[in-house]
Amino acid sequence: MMKKPPRIKVPDAINAGEVIEIKTLATHIMETGNRKDPSGKIVPRDIIHTFTASFAGQEVFSATLGSGIAANPYIAFYMRVPGPGALTLTWADDGGTTTVETVPLNVA
Amino acid sequence: MTTQLDARHKPLDRRTFLLRAGAAATLLSLLEGAPGAHAEASAPESPEFKAALEALIGNASPHDTGLTLDLPENVENGDYVPVALSVDSPMTAENRVKAIHILSTANPRAAVATFRFTLLSGKARVTSRMRLAKTQDVVAVAELSDGSMLLTRRKVAVKIGGCGI
Repeated sequence: MMKKPPRIKVPDAINAGEVIEIKTLATHIMETGNRKDPSGKIVPRDIIHTFTASFAGQEVFSATLGSGIAANPYIAFYMRVPGPGALTLTWADDGGTTTVETVPLNVA
Repeated sequence: MTTQLDARHKPLDRRTFLLRAGAAATLLSLLEGAPGAHAEASAPESPEFKAALEALIGNASPHDTGLTLDLPENVENGDYVPVALSVDSPMTAENRVKAIHILSTANPRAAVATFRFTLLSGKARVTSRMRLAKTQDVVAVAELSDGSMLLTRRKVAVKIGGCGI
């Protein structure tokens, strides 16, 4: 579960064919599953295990994350923007929550 | 330091200065080269890491150039270590990077992340933040579209390990 919506940054104005950087910051505890609570019980793993970015139904970039990714996962990646459209970003966690954000790309 | 020069503090002539500077530089480089002089050694590789690396590369013999793994040499806090991975690739259908994997050699879990690229990626570069439990090597492996692989390894000295990892 994300306590706050993820933050996403894309350039303001994009030319068709341009390669842009997309910066994303999710809010997530990324509990590793290796820690014990004060009573000695293992705190169950709760991490974002999959991140995907797609454009017009086509995958742009994806990531499989492990417990070695820091809390509040930051992922910045690139995309060659073929034309106007929207980017769909998805974060899926161990608790079964999927967070989906759609970002319009302002293509000149 | 001072403008009051007497016989005992005569200014260095050029030759003496160069000789002394050279000696100091040699001494410094010797110190840096000495094991343990600056930082502790990487923790031993975990069995899980060895298995994960073998599963990734199989019989392939990865090239040790072409994949850039950017990590700080020293971190205070292993909870939050910036990492950047990149391959200078045209990212065309014939010649592109399919995936880059990051493995930690001494975290409780070896597999840190796998990043997958497509023709829409445009650039094979990704930035994130990782956890490091202790001083260790981080290994990155890139899979290219022609079936070849790139491997690179960087040591990170960690003062305080990532909490609870």
